[in-house]
Amino acid sequence: MMRADLELIYDWVPQGAHVLDLACGDGALLERLAQEKNVTGYGLEIDPKGITQCVARGVNVIEHNLDDGLGSFCDNSYDQVIMTQALQALRRPDKMLDEMLRVAEEGIITFPNFAYWRHRIHLGLRGYMPVSKSLPHAWYDTPNIHLSTFNDFEHLCREKGLVIVDRAVGVGEHRGHWTSKWWPNLFGEIAIFRVRRR
Amino acid sequence: MPDSDTLAFNDRPADSVGLVTPHIAKFDTPLSLACGKVLPEYELIYETYGTLNAERSNAVLICHALSGHHHAAGYHSADDRKPGWWDAHIGPGKSIDTNLFFVVSLNNLGGCHGSTGPVSHNPETGRQWGPEFPMVTVSDWVASQARLADRLGIDRWAAAVGGSLGGMQVLQWTITYPERVANAIVIAATPRLSAQNIAFNEVARHAIRSDPEFFDGWYVEHATVPKRGLKLARMVGHITYLSEDAMGSKFGRDLRSEDLNFGFDVEFQVESYLRYQGDTFSTAFDANTYLLMTKALDYFDPAAAHSGDLASALAPAQCPFLIVSFTTDWRFPPSRSRELVDALTRAGKSVSYANIDSPHGHDAFLLPEPRYHALFSAFMGRVAHELAIHKTGGEETQ
Repeated sequence: MMRADLELIYDWVPQGAHVLDLACGDGALLERLAQEKNVTGYGLEIDPKGITQCVARGVNVIEHNLDDGLGSFCDNSYDQVIMTQALQALRRPDKMLDEMLRVAEEGIITFPNFAYWRHRIHLGLRGYMPVSKSLPHAWYDTPNIHLSTFNDFEHLCREKGLVIVDRAVGVGEHRGHWTSKWWPNLFGEIAIFRVRRR
Repeated sequence: MPDSDTLAFNDRPADSVGLVTPHIAKFDTPLSLACGKVLPEYELIYETYGTLNAERSNAVLICHALSGHHHAAGYHSADDRKPGWWDAHIGPGKSIDTNLFFVVSLNNLGGCHGSTGPVSHNPETGRQWGPEFPMVTVSDWVASQARLADRLGIDRWAAAVGGSLGGMQVLQWTITYPERVANAIVIAATPRLSAQNIAFNEVARHAIRSDPEFFDGWYVEHATVPKRGLKLARMVGHITYLSEDAMGSKFGRDLRSEDLNFGFDVEFQVESYLRYQGDTFSTAFDANTYLLMTKALDYFDPAAAHSGDLASALAPAQCPFLIVSFTTDWRFPPSRSRELVDALTRAGKSVSYANIDSPHGHDAFLLPEPRYHALFSAFMGRVAHELAIHKTGGEETQ
């Protein structure tokens, strides 16, 4: 059983694609994609534990700090670049988006939606920085330095002239409820985007 | 060498391969070398640990570094004060698990530990080879290792593994004999030496060759040894193997006695350590071999034949790679391993890379370290898994 956002991404990756998975964690997604969809490619990860887990699974993993960019990867050398739950921890998420779409024509990005209603209650009514399943850290030790909302990201994509091929949200362990389809910015806990260069 | 690597035979832990005996393989098929010369016949000394399975598919080749040799694990006698040089990683239950794998470790041609080299007898002249021993390259070594594999009935290595200069041999294997390597582990290596690396080697060679006892390499015939040159070469080399931090924490500015004595004798502990390392080495290693090995390092550059394009040099490789570097290694720093990784990804090869946080500089590849061990074991676990060898609890095949 994979994380809810990974399940959705799994469906979006075409058969036999060559992909880069940024912040690939323990390699669960790449392993399944390789076994069931003949997908090739590499995971990039910075956490030693994740790297060892990938190696144990037989998933290609490269120790790499995403804040260093993707300079070592050539233009258009992959079909897709996937980045799950890492956008908000990067120094320059906007530049990473450029990098992803330099290396591949299509990118899949997931991140915690700061405008999720529970987050809003935390901040709007109680007056505290939100802490939730998708944002488990306290304000002082969080790696998430660039929190954004579903709407914010759409706005950035529009500014960059990118095509949003697909968008979805996840809530907890599940895909979004019907409410999150209509009002994703309010009811989506995890934002999931599939974007393309124009 | 650190204390953890110097357990005497009597204190050895249960995960030691125990007593081992080297073997010698004689070859009388001439070997054509990259330098254009031909070695008419030669011997390779090697050791094995573990058991070769019936399919002959579980063999692991260990390639040694500059001053290494065939004795990688275990002990030669109960009186040995130290085990083999990679005992931290080879043994029952260790990263290279001898319960699962048949490990082959040899001394390279040109070496001074039992394989044919400058200290061997030259049948054509009746003298010792001495300085007339032909220059050997990484490719030549790999060709000779392939013949040893043939001799042992090993068509394909389950894994070829090496650190530093050993890692370069592993790379060469994947290029020259791609179908004979199922997996490659390249640790603390580089696809080619930098100008600075070559410069350090040149200082070492110059130290040896300018020693008055060197006699143009014929020192044995003069019944002497260029000890001062070798010592100096090793001292310089040793500085490049350690990190500044490791030296700092090991010695700092500690003095041997309480006060400064305003002279040129040993005053600081680090001076004493370097002199000790140099002295030990100068009586244990052959000067001509040292010259040859450093040249082999300098010459290694598989990309050269491909106008510097490493990715196309690596195009023939077929196996998955594990590339490992260490954060404080400034001899072959992480950036050099990353060059290799980038070439492999560009070539579309299967590769994993980890940069292990260690204070020990280049020497870290020899040492035990929890993350290094976990990663190394995980990769070798995959290799074993592919071979469908499964660990059965407590079973010993020693």
